[in-house]
Amino acid sequence: MALSASQLSVGDSYSEQIVDDLTRTQIVQYAGASGDYNPVHTDEKFVTEVAGYPTVFAHGMLTMGMTGRMVTNFVGDGRLTYYGVRFTSQVWPGDTLTAKAEVADIRDEDGQKVVDLTITTTNQDDRPVLTGQATARLDD
Amino acid sequence: MAVERFPVEASHILMFARSIGDTNPIYSDPEYAAGTEVGSIIAPPTFAQSSAQFDPDYFLRPKPDKKWFGSGRTASGTLVRDLSEADGDDVKDEREGDKQSGAAAGGLHAEQHFTYHRHLKPGDVLHTVTYDGERWEKQSKRAGILKFSEAVTEYRDEDDELVITAKGVGVVTEKVIED
Repeated sequence: MALSASQLSVGDSYSEQIVDDLTRTQIVQYAGASGDYNPVHTDEKFVTEVAGYPTVFAHGMLTMGMTGRMVTNFVGDGRLTYYGVRFTSQVWPGDTLTAKAEVADIRDEDGQKVVDLTITTTNQDDRPVLTGQATARLDD
Repeated sequence: MAVERFPVEASHILMFARSIGDTNPIYSDPEYAAGTEVGSIIAPPTFAQSSAQFDPDYFLRPKPDKKWFGSGRTASGTLVRDLSEADGDDVKDEREGDKQSGAAAGGLHAEQHFTYHRHLKPGDVLHTVTYDGERWEKQSKRAGILKFSEAVTEYRDEDDELVITAKGVGVVTEKVIED
């Protein structure tokens, strides 16, 4: 279901827990689907002994993808005109992430009502791992 | 970095949606999708990134005829000797990914932006053109000197219409970031 401009106000928000106890298997699943097989995400031996990290970590794009699920659940399918993020902290196996969208603006763009959202995804320690913006078309 | 042919396929969309934990039937059920505003299966918003599957030279995919920098007999397939038996200087690392901007072993993905002119659906056959964007450096307490590089990728359909504009920012850090 798409959102209507008449039912939205600046400051409204929507949030979802997008993953509970992220598994290494899901990171591998994302590697296979996206084609990004960087061993820092999939190879414990490489990442600890060569790259020097404590363990494998999630692709930023996995966090962006899971966060995108929250966004499309909020604005409706096929409604996004823009979605952009900055990766602010790494996401590790075991993390539980919550993604939140807040209405920053409701405006007209080429005769179409659109909503601008501010997006933040935080981990179980309330640390932001992703911040971003999205714009979506609204019904009147 | 150009992808000459990126066919958007229903099974790939299904696998991609599963990998991000998205069970929305718009990504898997053609009958459900036919009854919605969009009218057909579409791809999730970040799906375009998986065009990497169709880039013959994509450096983060192992290839049968090339050394891969992940572990095998040794901790890295491109290390001449196993790190555990090495004593410093004679370890030679031939990691080719380091020459590339973005997400090599020592690099991280800093930002990603998508502008949607329309949404992808099965049957689309896209091609991409990538341009180098800005480059800049920043000093960070946590990671030393950060070197950022930007790349803009246009996804175009068979009529050469622009479908998605993507902008990625990669960062190479001087030191490993552990949190």
